[in-house]
Amino acid sequence: MAMKIGEGKFKENVNNNMEDTFMRGAVAGAQERLRTRRLDAAEELGNWEEWRSHGEEIRKHVLNNLDYYLHELAENLQKRGGHVFFAETAEEATGYIREVVNANGGKKILKAKSMVTEEIGLNGVLENEGCEVIETDLGEYILQLDEHDPPSHIVTPALHKNKEQIRNVFAQKLDYKLTSKPEELALHARETLRQEFLTADIGITGCNFAIAESGSIGLVTNEGNAGLVSDLPKTQIAVMGMERIVPTFEEFEVLVGLLTRSAVGQKLTSYITALSGPREEGDADGPEEFHLVIVDNGRSKILGTEFQSVLQCIRCAACINVCPVYRHIGGHSYNSIYPGPIGAVLTPLLGGYDDFKDLPYASTLCAACTDACPVKIPLHELLHKHRQVIVEKEGRAPISEKLAMKAFGFGAASDPMYAAGSKMAAAMMKPFTKNDRISSGPGPLKAWTEIREFPAPNKERFRDWFKQHEKGGGEQ
Amino acid sequence: MIHQRESFLNNVARQLGRSRNTSMKPERNWQFRPQDKTLTDKTPDELMNVLRDQCQLIHTELIETTSSKLSEILEATVHLYGGGPVSLWKDPRFAEFGLDGLLKETWPSRNVEVNEWDAARGRENIAQAERANIGITFSDITLAESGTVVLFSGAGKGRTVSLLPRNYIALVPKSTIVPRMTQAAQEISRRVQAGETISSCINFITGPSNSADIEMNLVVGVHGPVKAVYIVIGDR
Repeated sequence: MAMKIGEGKFKENVNNNMEDTFMRGAVAGAQERLRTRRLDAAEELGNWEEWRSHGEEIRKHVLNNLDYYLHELAENLQKRGGHVFFAETAEEATGYIREVVNANGGKKILKAKSMVTEEIGLNGVLENEGCEVIETDLGEYILQLDEHDPPSHIVTPALHKNKEQIRNVFAQKLDYKLTSKPEELALHARETLRQEFLTADIGITGCNFAIAESGSIGLVTNEGNAGLVSDLPKTQIAVMGMERIVPTFEEFEVLVGLLTRSAVGQKLTSYITALSGPREEGDADGPEEFHLVIVDNGRSKILGTEFQSVLQCIRCAACINVCPVYRHIGGHSYNSIYPGPIGAVLTPLLGGYDDFKDLPYASTLCAACTDACPVKIPLHELLHKHRQVIVEKEGRAPISEKLAMKAFGFGAASDPMYAAGSKMAAAMMKPFTKNDRISSGPGPLKAWTEIREFPAPNKERFRDWFKQHEKGGGEQ
Repeated sequence: MIHQRESFLNNVARQLGRSRNTSMKPERNWQFRPQDKTLTDKTPDELMNVLRDQCQLIHTELIETTSSKLSEILEATVHLYGGGPVSLWKDPRFAEFGLDGLLKETWPSRNVEVNEWDAARGRENIAQAERANIGITFSDITLAESGTVVLFSGAGKGRTVSLLPRNYIALVPKSTIVPRMTQAAQEISRRVQAGETISSCINFITGPSNSADIEMNLVVGVHGPVKAVYIVIGDR
C-alpha cells in the first residue's frame, strides 16, 4: 500500500461511502468522543492557547533549522552505534530497508503502526522479497488480516469496521471461535501476536519525534506494541518523516503532551519510549543492530513555499475529528492514507494534483480544523491556497465550477444581461423551491443539494430593494 | 554509518533558501513557556493527591505504605494478583528497601518462583519475563500529573520486565515524584548536556496496556500488562 489507497473518482467514493450507514454512525460517534476528550484534556491542563503557541513556535523553529537538527541527530545516533540512512525518495528508503533485512536473513518482520511506512509502500516491497510482515497495532492488525483493507483514520485506523465484521475476519483468518466482544477479540490478538513477537527477526517502527541532542527516537502508543517490536527482535529499523524532530527532551515533552491530549485526550498514553541506538553493553534485551531511515519523499519541496506550515503537523488527527466533511464521507473517500483536512492539504503536495486535485474542495472552509490544531497550522487557509493554485496556475478547477463561473461571467458582464438574469432567478428556481429552501436543485446545484439545502433566491432583488430604499421606501 | 547525509541536507538548505548550517547551534528564544507554571507550585503532599486522583483515571491501583511495611504489602499484593512466577530487576534498591528477605527466603520457601534479571543469561531473561505472572521494578522518576513511572534501562534493568508479564507492579519511593513530564525531560536533557550516556531505552509507563481500536471500546491489557499497581513508599 502506498499513500494512494484507491483508484475511484472522489465523487464516486463519496456517493458509495455515504450509503455505508454503519461507517457514518461510527465516524460521527468517534468524532464526538475524541473531540470531547480533547477539549476536556485541554481545559484541565489550562493555558491551552499558550501551549498551542509554544507547540507552534517549536515546530516552526525546527523546520527553519531542519538541516542543523537532522545533522545533529545523525551524529549523536552514530555515536551510540546506530546507522542512519537519508532517503530522498520512497524507493531509496525501501531499497535500504530491503538490504538491511536481507543482510540479517530477516524472514519474519514485526511492525508497530507507522504512517510513513505506509506512505512509502514498505510492506509490499518486503512481501515481494518473501518476508512475512505482521502489523502489531490492534487496528492495523485487523485491517491487515482483512485482505489489507486501507486505514480510514490516522489514529484509529479500523474505525470504519464494526465488531461483527472483525469477528468474522478473525474467524476466517485465525480460526477464532468466540464472540464479538472487544475484550475477547483483543485477548485473542494478544495471544496470537505474543508468539510472533518472540520469534521475529526484524522490528520496524515509525518515529513520533526524534530528539536531536541525544540521537533518540520517541515512540507513542497505548498498547505497548512499539516497545515489544523494538525490545525483542535482533534488529530494529525506525523510519521517520524528515520533519518529525525536536532539538531536546524539553521540546519532546511539550509536543508529546500536545499529541496525546489532542489525539485521544490522555495526559500521556500508556507507553512513551525514547530509544537511543542499539542495546548497551550488558543489556539482555533491546536490538543488537539499530537503523534509522530519514525520509524526504516530497517533503523538501514543501519547505520554503507558502505551504511550509503543513510540515508542522504532529499527526494527532484533531482536525480530522472536527471536520464536518470527514464526518459524512469517511476516511476512504479521500483515496489517501492521510484523510480529513490534513490529508486534503498534504496529499496533493506529496502526491500531486493529477490524482488529488479534488481534495482541497472536500472542505467547507469552516476553519474548525485550524482551531483544533495543537500546533496552529492554518489548515483552512492552506486549503484555500490549494484552490487558488489549482485555478490560477494549473487552470484546472472542477468542470462544474468552471461552467458556473463562465455562465456567471457571461451574465454579469453586461448590465442588461445581469438585470435579466437576476430578475429571472426566483421564477426559474420556483419549481425546486419549498419554504424558501431548495432541496433538490438542477444542474450545478445538484451536487450541493444532494447533501444539504440551498437558500432560494430572494423574490425581491437587492437592486430593487436598494432603489426603493433610496427613495425612502419602507424597511424590508 | 551515515549514508547520503550531505546531498540530503544540501537540498533541505537550498529549499529553505540559504546555505547549509550544521555548525552554528540555532538560538531557541521561546516566547511561551507554559510548562514553567504548570503544577510547579505544588507541595509533595499536594502532588501525592494529584497522583492518587490520576491513578483512578488510568485503571491503576495505588497503594500507599511505608518502608517498614513494604515487604508485607508487596507480598500480599503479589499473592492477591495470583502469585508467581515473579520477574524483577537486579536492582540494589530491593535490598535498600528491606526486600531481600522476601525475595530470597519467604517467596522461595513458599514456592513462589522469583527470577532476577541477569544480563549474563541473555535471552533466558526474556523467556522468564514472558512466563511471569508479575513483573516488578522500581520507578526512577514518577510523574504526578499523568500517573507515569519512568524507567531507565540498564544492565540489571531489563526493558521487558515491565512489558511482558501479565501484571506489573511499580515500587514508587515518594522522593521520585515530580509534578509532570517537564521535570523528567529537564533532568534527562541535563544529563545529555553534561555528556553522560543516557539509557538506550527510557520508558514512560502510564498504567496498563490498552486499546480502543474496536468500535472505540476501551480494552485494558492488549500487548503489555493487563493490570498495573503502584506501591508508593511514603517515607523514602
